[in-house]
Amino acid sequence: MSEITVDLAGKPVREVNRLLHAPLNGVTTVNVLNPDGAHNIAVGVNEAVKVEIHGNAGYYAGGMNKFADIVIHGSAGTGVGENMMSGSIRVKGFASNAAGASAHGGLLVIEGDAGLRCAVSLKGADIVVDGNVGSFSAFMAQAGRLVVCGDAGDALGDSLYEAVLYVKGKIKSLGADAQEEPMTEADFTGLAELLAKAGLKHDPKSFKRIASARSLYHWNADADQEY
Amino acid sequence: MCGIVGLLVKKPELRPQLGSLMVPMLIGMTERGPDSAGLAVFGTPVHEAHRKINLYSGMTEAGADFNWHGLAHSIRDEFGTVAEIVTSGNHAILTVGSAPAPIKHWIHEHHPKLHILSTGRSMDLYKDIGTPTEVSDRYDFSHLQGTHLVGHTRMATESAVTPDRAHPFTAGEDFCLVHNGSLSNPNGIRRMLEPRGIHFDTDNDTEAACRFLEWRLREGDSLENALQKGFDELDGFFTFLMGTKDELALIRDPFACKPAVVAETDDYVAIASEFRSLAHLPDIKNAHVFEPAPEEMYVWRT
Amino acid sequence: MDPKNAQGKHLSLEASAGYDRKTIDYIQNAAAHGLYEIRGLGAKRALPHFDDLLFLGASLSRYPLEGYRERCVTKTILGTRFASKPVELDIPITIAGMSFGALSANVKESLGRAATAVGTSTTTGDGGMTNEERESSKILVYQCLPSRYGFNPDDLRRADAIEVVIGQGAKPGGGGMLLGQKINPRVAKMRTLPEGVDQRSASRHPDWTGPDDLTIKIQELREITNWEKPIYVKVGATRTFNDVKLAVHAGADVVVVDGMQGGTAATQTCFIENVGIPTLAAVRQAVDALEDLDMIGKVQLIVSGGIRSGADVAKALAMGADAVAIGQGILFALGCNSETYVQGGEHHSALADYEKLGTAPGFCHNCHTGKCPVGVTTQDPILEKRLEPDVGSKRVRNYLKTVNMELTTIARACGKQNVHHLEREDLVALTVEAAAMARIPLAGTQWIPGQEYGQR
Repeated sequence: MSEITVDLAGKPVREVNRLLHAPLNGVTTVNVLNPDGAHNIAVGVNEAVKVEIHGNAGYYAGGMNKFADIVIHGSAGTGVGENMMSGSIRVKGFASNAAGASAHGGLLVIEGDAGLRCAVSLKGADIVVDGNVGSFSAFMAQAGRLVVCGDAGDALGDSLYEAVLYVKGKIKSLGADAQEEPMTEADFTGLAELLAKAGLKHDPKSFKRIASARSLYHWNADADQEY
Repeated sequence: MCGIVGLLVKKPELRPQLGSLMVPMLIGMTERGPDSAGLAVFGTPVHEAHRKINLYSGMTEAGADFNWHGLAHSIRDEFGTVAEIVTSGNHAILTVGSAPAPIKHWIHEHHPKLHILSTGRSMDLYKDIGTPTEVSDRYDFSHLQGTHLVGHTRMATESAVTPDRAHPFTAGEDFCLVHNGSLSNPNGIRRMLEPRGIHFDTDNDTEAACRFLEWRLREGDSLENALQKGFDELDGFFTFLMGTKDELALIRDPFACKPAVVAETDDYVAIASEFRSLAHLPDIKNAHVFEPAPEEMYVWRT
Repeated sequence: MDPKNAQGKHLSLEASAGYDRKTIDYIQNAAAHGLYEIRGLGAKRALPHFDDLLFLGASLSRYPLEGYRERCVTKTILGTRFASKPVELDIPITIAGMSFGALSANVKESLGRAATAVGTSTTTGDGGMTNEERESSKILVYQCLPSRYGFNPDDLRRADAIEVVIGQGAKPGGGGMLLGQKINPRVAKMRTLPEGVDQRSASRHPDWTGPDDLTIKIQELREITNWEKPIYVKVGATRTFNDVKLAVHAGADVVVVDGMQGGTAATQTCFIENVGIPTLAAVRQAVDALEDLDMIGKVQLIVSGGIRSGADVAKALAMGADAVAIGQGILFALGCNSETYVQGGEHHSALADYEKLGTAPGFCHNCHTGKCPVGVTTQDPILEKRLEPDVGSKRVRNYLKTVNMELTTIARACGKQNVHHLEREDLVALTVEAAAMARIPLAGTQWIPGQEYGQR
């Protein structure tokens, strides 16, 4: 159990990434101080290490993460956890646009609100937002799950493929080909597990299930160019 | 293609620090905008009958050696009015005691390469090519005082890197606009406005947005209504930050692809494209930090 | 030819230029189906191109090099700006990005083997990186596209260069497209899609828009790969002067410009034929941008879109490109639009299958159907066997060798010991359009339309 600390004040983010990409030799936790909105903190991590970012992160924090558990004690800029493969990322504050963009696996938890296009192009990861999500969330989401404990903005789940969305609050509008479906027992069980993993207390029974109507799966459906 | 910054101090004691608080914000946006930088600062208005005209001589042959005092002298002679000038290299603030329009016309005729940056009672405007650090040093931004300001760093997308295409753009008096994003129909807007007597200085897409708002305001719309019409007519991606004599206003297009972050405390409201630019501000750890929603108008008054 | 009807009367067959047979068919197809036409390959219309440029070979004022005995260097290095491991190619001719999904796995393997044999690179496409490709390609460029299908850090780490794709020449402003018949289990899994659906690809990247955010994205990719690998930025040719400048500002090591002649596996015909600018015009704009920023030699330029022969490569280099990428030419080398395919050591006729598609060899552009008669752009288990990697790789290797030999022949004839010493003053133009777009004088004159006489 060994911890090290990197102070990013006045230093390039190369310092922390170089450290995280090199053999860790038994280090289990890396603390990052004074991130001050720097971009690309802890990107491309490929080890089961804990990374604690003490402050606000800029763009792509934890981008392309594998195996690491990253906590941001503050807010995160655009694309937090983008293309994550496994591991976990927790944002204590709010997340900006495109949170979890194209993420393939792992768990992204946002305790505050998430901006627009949360879970855009999602490819299998689980994203849980305790607050609200902005418009165009889950746009072209292909696989995985997005759980919204607050409200969702416009065009939720536009062009959805096989990802499934669970929303507790109000949905301003659904996107093309997204539809509300009844929750099944499997949904309730799965959602309960996911919320527990995310450390959030909400009753699965209060969520709606949104999934693809699959009517845009073949070009003939586009023939009338309705959208 | 750009970084924007805005700062409004809520307490009069902070007005002398407006510039020094802002300079690190502007420099924080260097990567987003390495080509040119500019800002518009609002302070105590001059006398009702007076007007300030901000001028830039960087495109004249004399450049920073322009004969500013000669200019002030000629205007005094020509118009028989107060004409005081405060200079800083290729920038000058000319204060006149009569209607600005004929004076501006005269300047245009006699010094066609002298660029008129702004007109108003409360606003001064600076912009030039160079990195934000260079431009800040050139005009000593850190000593600026006032109630609020709007700043910008530019990475040119379509029109050239010349000083007149840097932001902020102005319209009428005491109004300015900075823009992060790219409009996709600026030429159609320009062609619609020119026959209505709106004059364009450049082919810059931001100027098209600014002139559109100038037109709507001229037609009697409130800023709110003008911006609402803007949503319908202007196409593309944009975050607009505007300054009037007593307000800062911010809007984002429906897709909100271009970033914007706001930090608010009891002492100030600060806006920037990235949080990085706000990180140094006093008491930022306790500030209310949020991202403005798309299509909503945010207005802060002094 | 004097067609007459049964009554011996001359048939009146006056064709219309604007409403020719092709146009009438298009309208009647639209009337029948209510759907736009989708097809593969690139623009088929006649365009100002490298054909309209000629070289000024040596004579009395310049001295040629001997064809076979005197050296002509073709070595090309890409990505010197920031990367610690730039890409080193033996020839300035690379294989353009084409997806696994658009092409079969056999084809991807053939390309890798051929490229390795001649010392150049291949590029992944919208479907991600396959093991066959990585194992067979000595130098592999990994594309990062708006769709991000299959994009992952492990493949990023095992790539030799990264190409951030903004767009491609066939459809600048559009995203990828792959119809359901080509989304077989393997393709579907790699793209995280259900089998058999018609793939809709995004046209914008999910997590950035605009060059200011691209700057941060490029930094992210550099940080993940520890600043080792060159990062290319690829644009479809439209406002090329501005785009290249912005790509440089955003931090690109290499800029790839794909003209409208560039191909695709599937896109709307109206898109292919009407959006984008010719490669000839794009190269000039790209080089102007790099010169304007004083980045010649620091940021490299790769040009693609209708590069077919050594002459095209030589002209692109003379105009200022550092290298070219070939897509369609490679497909034709493999056998696309050939009358036969080779299977089990024997030639077999593919004519019947072309006919079934409603076309004939030399005219086929049905990549989007997945029913490629010669097994190139298909996922069908029977059809894909018609392209054997041994045969495919040999053909592509031969083609690349030939193109390179032509390139050096022309360079030597112009007196160059290094193909990168070809310069635009070695060229003249045959048409006013080409002269104006390339800013190269009309042959026999000093005139460039739009310039002061004698000025370049």
